[in-house]
Amino acid sequence: MNVDAAFASLKAAPLLWLLVTGLAYLLAEKLFRKSGHNPLLHPVLVAIALIIVVLSVARVPYPDYFSGARLLHLLLGPATVALAVPLYDNLQRVRSLLVPLSVSLLVGGVTGIVSALLLGKLFGLSWPVQVSFAPKSVTTPIAMALADKLGGLAPLTANLVIITGILGAIIVVPLMRWLKVTGEIEQGLALGVAAHGVGTARGFQLSTTTGAFSGLAMGLNGVLTSIVLPVILAFWPH
Amino acid sequence: MLYGFCVLVLFQLIGEAASTLLHLPLPGPVLGMLLLAFWCVWHRGVDPRLAQVAQGLLGYMGLLFVPAGVGLMLLGPVLRDQGLAMLPVLVLSLVITMAVTALTMKAMLNRHRRKLRNRVLVRRKGKADER
Repeated sequence: MNVDAAFASLKAAPLLWLLVTGLAYLLAEKLFRKSGHNPLLHPVLVAIALIIVVLSVARVPYPDYFSGARLLHLLLGPATVALAVPLYDNLQRVRSLLVPLSVSLLVGGVTGIVSALLLGKLFGLSWPVQVSFAPKSVTTPIAMALADKLGGLAPLTANLVIITGILGAIIVVPLMRWLKVTGEIEQGLALGVAAHGVGTARGFQLSTTTGAFSGLAMGLNGVLTSIVLPVILAFWPH
Repeated sequence: MLYGFCVLVLFQLIGEAASTLLHLPLPGPVLGMLLLAFWCVWHRGVDPRLAQVAQGLLGYMGLLFVPAGVGLMLLGPVLRDQGLAMLPVLVLSLVITMAVTALTMKAMLNRHRRKLRNRVLVRRKGKADER
């Protein structure tokens, strides 16, 4: 048996791509930690880039890769359901500020969707790409599920969501300074509504209150968007 | 651990069945998440076995996006044609969303605090009148 044949049989083994995915993610996480949590080196994006390079070099088509990595993809469903636990924990915080939080969340969440659709149209994006952009401010599992169900491109959404989170984490401090918004609650809410989990991680670097409100806003915006987005798209002219 | 995992899968399946049967636009796992959150509110707490599995899964959430995210390699033509236009859409929409949320919350909190202060003042005044 020569090396080529051995390599070919290995490429056909589904577990190989599971292992490659795990190793790429571990490497990406290590880079992220070594860089002092630099948002530009977000482990998900780095892992995706590493795997695309490996697949291109080894000339492996995406469906072959996916049949191996499907096991991880299947866990995304239960993990999305698991978001109920932090959502429940955060709900305890809502009671005291119910009205301000609900109003800001509704205004911010709808702004996120409508601004993406309007700008998408303005810059000439096709309808499936616009639909992929619409949920870009909510947490990745919800955004992917929505894009998939409503006629968007889920893989594009996954990447857009993470890039949105990264940019949000980078611009939050200068933007808030420019807008003269100094409150921790306001900043946390803005991070959670616009930049989901990556923003929440940034929020916890700023202060515990900022992070907690960001986490709350991220969870509630996920709920809000999944209810409001199908309605908006149903009436949106395209 | 198995118990918590089974609860999560059960809620996902209920969510998916409900989404299909009732023709809801909500994705099954998202509906499952909402139902589980209601369940926790109803029972006023999270089962520790469930909390443990949830924490474990959420800790590796990022890894779970990777297989789908690699699908970007199939979108070469879309990225070639529209990639440049995507950048301003993403940046502008993000900045607008963030600014609008922060400013709305600032205005709402100011209103909220004013109201609380007035309520306290009214109460104090009432007490003074009683005396």
